[in-house]
Amino acid sequence: MLHSTAIVFTSFAYLGLLFAIAYYADKRADAGRSIIASPYIYSLSLAVYATAWTFYGSVGRAASDGVGFLPIYIGPTLMIALWWVVMRKILRISKQNRITSLADFIASRYGKSALLGGLVTVIAVIGILPYISLQLKAVSNSFTILVHYPEILMPTRVGEAPIREDTALWVAMILAAFTIVFGTRHLDAAEHHQGMVAAIAFESLVKLVAFLAVGAFVTFGIYDGFGDLFARAAAVPKLHAMMSPLEGVAGGYASWVWLTILSMMAIMFLPRQFQVAVIENVDEKHLNKAIWLFPVYMLAINVFVLPIAFGGLLRFPDGSVDADTFVLTLPMVEKHEWLALLVFIGGLSAATGMVIVETIALSTMVCNDLLMPVLLRLRSLRLNERRDLTRLLLGIRRSAIVLILLLGYLYFKLAGEAYALVSIGLISFAAVAQFAPSVLGGIFWKGGARLGALSGLTAGFAVWSYTLLLPALARSGWLPTHLLEQGPLGIELLRPLQLFGLSGLDQITHAMIWSMIANIGAYVAVSLSVSQSADEHRQASLFVDVFKQTGEVGGARFWRGTASVPDLYSLLARFLGVAAADAAFAEYASAKMLRWPDDPLVADAELVHYVEVQLAGAIGAASARVMVASVVKEEALTIGEVREILDEASQVVVYSHKLEQKSRELEAATAELREANDRLTELDRLKDDFISTVTHELRTPLTSIRAFTEILLDDPEVEVEQRKKFLGIITKEAERLTRLINQVLDLAKIESGKADWVESDVDMKEVISDTLAAMDQLLKEKDIDIQARLPEQVSVVTADLDRMIQVMLNLLSNAVKFCDSTNGWVEIALAERDGCLRIDVRDNGRGISPEDHEAIFSKFHQVGDTLIDKPHGSGLGLHISRQIVEHYGGRMWVESSLGSGARFSFTLPTGARA
Amino acid sequence: MSKKILIADDEPNIVAAVEFLLQRSGYEVHVARNGDEALKAVEDCNPDLVLLDVMMPLRSGYEVCKRIRERADWGHIKIIMLSAKGRDAEVSKGLSIGADLYVTKPFSTRDLIAKINGLLQRP
Repeated sequence: MLHSTAIVFTSFAYLGLLFAIAYYADKRADAGRSIIASPYIYSLSLAVYATAWTFYGSVGRAASDGVGFLPIYIGPTLMIALWWVVMRKILRISKQNRITSLADFIASRYGKSALLGGLVTVIAVIGILPYISLQLKAVSNSFTILVHYPEILMPTRVGEAPIREDTALWVAMILAAFTIVFGTRHLDAAEHHQGMVAAIAFESLVKLVAFLAVGAFVTFGIYDGFGDLFARAAAVPKLHAMMSPLEGVAGGYASWVWLTILSMMAIMFLPRQFQVAVIENVDEKHLNKAIWLFPVYMLAINVFVLPIAFGGLLRFPDGSVDADTFVLTLPMVEKHEWLALLVFIGGLSAATGMVIVETIALSTMVCNDLLMPVLLRLRSLRLNERRDLTRLLLGIRRSAIVLILLLGYLYFKLAGEAYALVSIGLISFAAVAQFAPSVLGGIFWKGGARLGALSGLTAGFAVWSYTLLLPALARSGWLPTHLLEQGPLGIELLRPLQLFGLSGLDQITHAMIWSMIANIGAYVAVSLSVSQSADEHRQASLFVDVFKQTGEVGGARFWRGTASVPDLYSLLARFLGVAAADAAFAEYASAKMLRWPDDPLVADAELVHYVEVQLAGAIGAASARVMVASVVKEEALTIGEVREILDEASQVVVYSHKLEQKSRELEAATAELREANDRLTELDRLKDDFISTVTHELRTPLTSIRAFTEILLDDPEVEVEQRKKFLGIITKEAERLTRLINQVLDLAKIESGKADWVESDVDMKEVISDTLAAMDQLLKEKDIDIQARLPEQVSVVTADLDRMIQVMLNLLSNAVKFCDSTNGWVEIALAERDGCLRIDVRDNGRGISPEDHEAIFSKFHQVGDTLIDKPHGSGLGLHISRQIVEHYGGRMWVESSLGSGARFSFTLPTGARA
Repeated sequence: MSKKILIADDEPNIVAAVEFLLQRSGYEVHVARNGDEALKAVEDCNPDLVLLDVMMPLRSGYEVCKRIRERADWGHIKIIMLSAKGRDAEVSKGLSIGADLYVTKPFSTRDLIAKINGLLQRP
């Protein structure tokens, strides 16, 4: 038996625990050791998305629509994938401008318009009230059900309970007290409510654990796992139909798509989501993890929805038990009182989490964007003269919290019985979806104007009220129902549920289609047709280009006027208190390497902007603007001047682009120069090497000549035979010197392009025979067998005859020099093919190893050998020959391997140069 | 007993000239035509002095010089580098790896003989 005292005691113990967590987190934060600076805490706090509506209502919806509950969770999962683009931008803007709420964000974007902020606040409060009432309903219902344990009684007539016993009212009041304690410790609304966030993250864990526990209990405790449960459900025809995704949902695909879109908007623009995702965010990087952690949470809390729904429908087939209560009633009917109590605490977690964050967000909006702008304008209140406004601000916020919860309670009393949990939640979703065009348009489209946002929001909200709020009131008996059936004044076309004849859709899809058409249409059309004021133009550019600016000075560029430091200081002190104002000024001063209050500060645009931003963190952008304007003399900028400042900025961008380009060009030029220099250095090195090699080649024969000359000079006694031999060597070495010098000069001429090419028609047959004739003597001496295989006739080539003879002579003398010393033979072949003459000179010498095939054509390369005497060549002959052949468009190469002779070949194109 | 001198050079005409000069001065002369032959000849005939050409096939004169200096039992061998490469860097490289003298080609025969005599008459 669970006594109501026990339940109440457990509930208070749980709330006490939450408070302890919050208190601890706040203490840690004050000590500078935040516990919420973690992506995991951030992701868990985002799960405030899952309210009592999720906790109880998902099962309810699944019991009637099958998997129709899913879009509410698919939407956020899709949306969060886009957060790196969308949310990161909103975060950056909000930090820079110390945005305090969604209303503040929209107002600030459209020229710090107080009117717009007020409108957003009104829409948010009216739109969210049903949602808050839903939480109250869930808590009080679950309490009422649990009190009757082990009996299962549905709380059908809650609304008629006397006030003293009305659980919902008590719940509302307790939550109001709690929220005041959590949410209004600090005045600066832009600052983080660390305690609250820690408590919310904890609540997210509790509700997940409770839900998983009851899910596991139903699936594995009552039934025998998923397979068993689904098999039994499939046996019941009504339940079988629910397993198909689209059959159970009114409106089919359209409904799925719109519900998904709707919840995509909800995860961004529900005031509590904006609060935890943007205002309470401490580090942009937490988005990275949240992008996958949050969907994991969504998945986890949805795994058991269908099993519980099926379990409930199987257990209570007669429909006597509301499906919204299955989560609680299933453990109760199975007599698991502790599990039932855990479920109750889980539901309480879900509800309190939502209510606390939502009311904090709404109360900030009501205070900063609705009341303050009005109060500050009412001269009769003389607020401008009050020295300390911090108490007033806190008072307003606290009253707003109480008021909002009371209104939520009232809605619950008035309309709460007409709808199931999910329908109430969706009405709220549809309301906040109205913010989407103004916010998304505002951060991506500079053209979005204040009047456009006002028109869009008004139109969208009007349609929402007409198609969703009005029917809700009508069904609750507060408005005549013939309004729904026949339309106002009997005009059928205007029936709220079939507007302009659009029928066949579920109520939410119907409302979303019309409200979005009205909202986006008005926003875009009006924005395009009006011209923006200077303020709007500036804010639009600050928001849309937020990633292109640096630091908080972005807004300071737009201020011009005169101000005094004491005025600014006392303004800040009035709203934030003296301590906070001192801290703010000290921070500003220290950023400028100054000390407050000893060093004088300059009341320039930057300080004015800084004070305005600090003030905005407490009272919202629109009010802050009004207050700052009251203490400084500002020269209003014209739209032209704002454009000029923006243009200047963009010109700086263009200029820096140009600079970058220039610097890239310069780098390229430098690289080219460096390359050229490298080439020159390389050439210089080659020249050095060449000279060094030539010198070496010259000194070697000179050494022999000098040595033998000195021998002969010093010693007249040298025998005649020897004298003759020595003189022979001297002559040969002298010849070698001459040849070397001639070839070096020849090469220099060819390489510098100064060689004279005396061209005529040359018959290579003749060239070969002439060369052989010239070498006749040498060949006979060496006793070498020469074979020349020449065709009858070949085409002539246009070339320098002497050069051709030089090439042949070089190849032949090499062949003769290297061919077998005892049994030497040389073979010459001439052939014509494909417009080319080809000449081969083959010997039976010792061959050339393949790695030297290219090297022998380079300057001064001689293939040395260990066994026989070094060949006496200049090392230039082959190099020059190849240069000559290439000059006439031919090629020269060698085929050989060690030990099997060599075949030198070259080609000459015939008529190519004719 | 006459002192032994090894000539290591791949230019046959230069070898012929130096060989003639040294024999006439009363030395016993051995000839090597590349680096490998030079090291083998040092091992075989244990010369008192080596005339080393720098640019030789298979093993350069520098390398041969280094190898000789690595062996403690060859510490007494005098080494004269002979080279057509006469730049300061090459001269100091030759001396730094243990050559006693560095003579640039073309050289004066009298001068060379005098240097050899000088090196070999020292204790």
